[in-house]
Amino acid sequence: MPTVAPLDLDGHCLAAVFLDNVPHFVLADGAVHRLDNGHKTIQANDGLLSTFHDAANDRLITGGEDGKVFAVKAGGQINELASAGKKWITSVAAGPQGAIAYATGKTAFVRFADGKTKEFAHPRSVEGLAFSPKGMRFGVARYNGATLHFPAAEGKPVELEWAGAHTGITFSPDGAFLITTMQENALHGWKLADGKHMRMTGYPGKVKSLSWSVKGKWLASSGAPAAIVWPFSGKDGPMGKAPLELGTRGNAMVTAVACHPSQDVVAVGYDDGMVMAVRFADAKEVLLRRPGKGAITSLMWDKEERRIAFGSAAGDCGVIDISA
Amino acid sequence: MSDAQTTQIPVTVLTGYLGAGKTTLLNRILSENHGKRYAVIVNEFGEIGIDNELIVESDEEIYEMNNGCVCCTVRGDLIRVVEGLMRRPGRFDAIVVETTGLADPVPVAQTFFMDDDVRSKTKLDAVVALVDAKHLPLRLKDSREAEDQIAFADVVVLNKTDLVTPEELAKVEATIRAINPAARIHRTTRAGVALSEVLDRGAFDLSRALENDPHFLEAHDHDHHDHDHDHDHHDHDGHEHHHDHAHPSDIHDVTVQSVSLRGGEMDPKKFFPWIEKITQMEGPNILRLKGIIALKGDDERYVIQGVHMIIEGDHQRAWKDGEKHESRLVFIGRELDAERLKKSFDACQAA
Repeated sequence: MPTVAPLDLDGHCLAAVFLDNVPHFVLADGAVHRLDNGHKTIQANDGLLSTFHDAANDRLITGGEDGKVFAVKAGGQINELASAGKKWITSVAAGPQGAIAYATGKTAFVRFADGKTKEFAHPRSVEGLAFSPKGMRFGVARYNGATLHFPAAEGKPVELEWAGAHTGITFSPDGAFLITTMQENALHGWKLADGKHMRMTGYPGKVKSLSWSVKGKWLASSGAPAAIVWPFSGKDGPMGKAPLELGTRGNAMVTAVACHPSQDVVAVGYDDGMVMAVRFADAKEVLLRRPGKGAITSLMWDKEERRIAFGSAAGDCGVIDISA
Repeated sequence: MSDAQTTQIPVTVLTGYLGAGKTTLLNRILSENHGKRYAVIVNEFGEIGIDNELIVESDEEIYEMNNGCVCCTVRGDLIRVVEGLMRRPGRFDAIVVETTGLADPVPVAQTFFMDDDVRSKTKLDAVVALVDAKHLPLRLKDSREAEDQIAFADVVVLNKTDLVTPEELAKVEATIRAINPAARIHRTTRAGVALSEVLDRGAFDLSRALENDPHFLEAHDHDHHDHDHDHDHHDHDGHEHHHDHAHPSDIHDVTVQSVSLRGGEMDPKKFFPWIEKITQMEGPNILRLKGIIALKGDDERYVIQGVHMIIEGDHQRAWKDGEKHESRLVFIGRELDAERLKKSFDACQAA
């Protein structure tokens, strides 16, 4: 039976992550809580809006209402990486070679590991940011499509057009596909080799959480009463294929998903605070946490594949141990 | 999904041209001792002299929804800012959104109806338009936005009245009335309106909307008033396909019109399909609609309101003893066919 070690915090949890195998919980007020031989807290942004887990560097990038970007590392280390004045930092991302990106209003910035910063102005708001896993390339989700920049080189960006407001963005782990979440209840995708479109629709709600399975064979998503899991193992991605619907419930919506690091299993969080693990092959479900006070906002597996950290909109966070 | 959030934060939208007094009013909202805390979303920090962590600068970002409906627009930046603010709801009691001088108020308002996340946590309280008494005639000449802002408002603050003569003021007020007979108008200098007249109005709250609103009750009479003065409208719309008798074409540079309808008890089987059809077909031309409907065989007042194609309705309260069971409906928009609206509305009356 899985056991849950709860951590009841006061406020909206934006990210629950493991840093150096220690669970960290980042709240909207900028406090970073961790369970490291007891409950410890440090302060990051004064008002925290955006986070990105930089797995390669075992750190969390945060952006906030204070116009600052921080790197949070295990053990309570916090470094300010950038400051953009009084405007909100609405999106952050981390990429190869220690580079990070952040956005405020219509401008995206890339900060390289050596501290040099490059600015990318856009005609419309920068809604979402993601680095490609290969090469120094990053994508911006924007109104009517996405823009790909090559920050280490000069040259024109690549524009990918699709009508509507694109709010979030992710590259597949092999770099072959670019997927955006939209203001409408849909995902959009491009196969980067030939620009082919992929429409992934039918969600009753907005998609706010995406997670690639091991080797990018599947993309799990929230926004429905089940985790919607699209197949990406074929060369054309999910085109013409139906997604898996895992962990279907009649009375709750999926709000967060996190794929297992090595197996075809997804952890699914719901708007009533329940967490389940579901296997792709046979849709078998295991209840990990009963409903709580608020919608699950964040889930992450640890490297040992034994624990799952979860955060909620009401602050009732915790760590699930599935080995017990 | 069950809707657990019962406490929705009220949102006031402030519109008005540069120089109309928005900043003065905002400063008052932020500094006066009214016991409430406001988060303010502005398009530029610049002018507000008050340092407050809850003043958020946001670039106006209008997104057309990808559903083929041209009037379905939302403010994308507001969705994001409201989401961010509402993650820490304990910091403030209400939100004020200041729009740019040239802003179209419709996408702002529609954001609070069309986006599920925003809608679940906040509710639009009222749209307040600040108008510069001296410069309004000029503004109406050179832009459609000034007119839209008035047409769309629940409350009009007619500011800088000390800069015009009583005659000019009367004329400006008549123009505002002509554009929007349903709004409350307050004459002020230095935006000196009681804050209770602009905040927490519940103008979009169906349980409160139109309750004992004298202006709304008068609306019909205003139209008659205008009609009496208005027999030389042919040079304005003489070539239009539809001839619109009712409205204020004696005032120059006004393209918005209002159509006020009044009738007896309605047959719900006729009325609801009718209002649905009208808003579907005429949605792009309808800026606002508001109404109190007496339904046959129903002992409660039914209230409706709409923005373009979005329409909401609900029972409001029981009819009082001796209260006349009467239906009233006001459309504010452009190119509305008053005759046809009136005829088809009348046809919905219960036999």
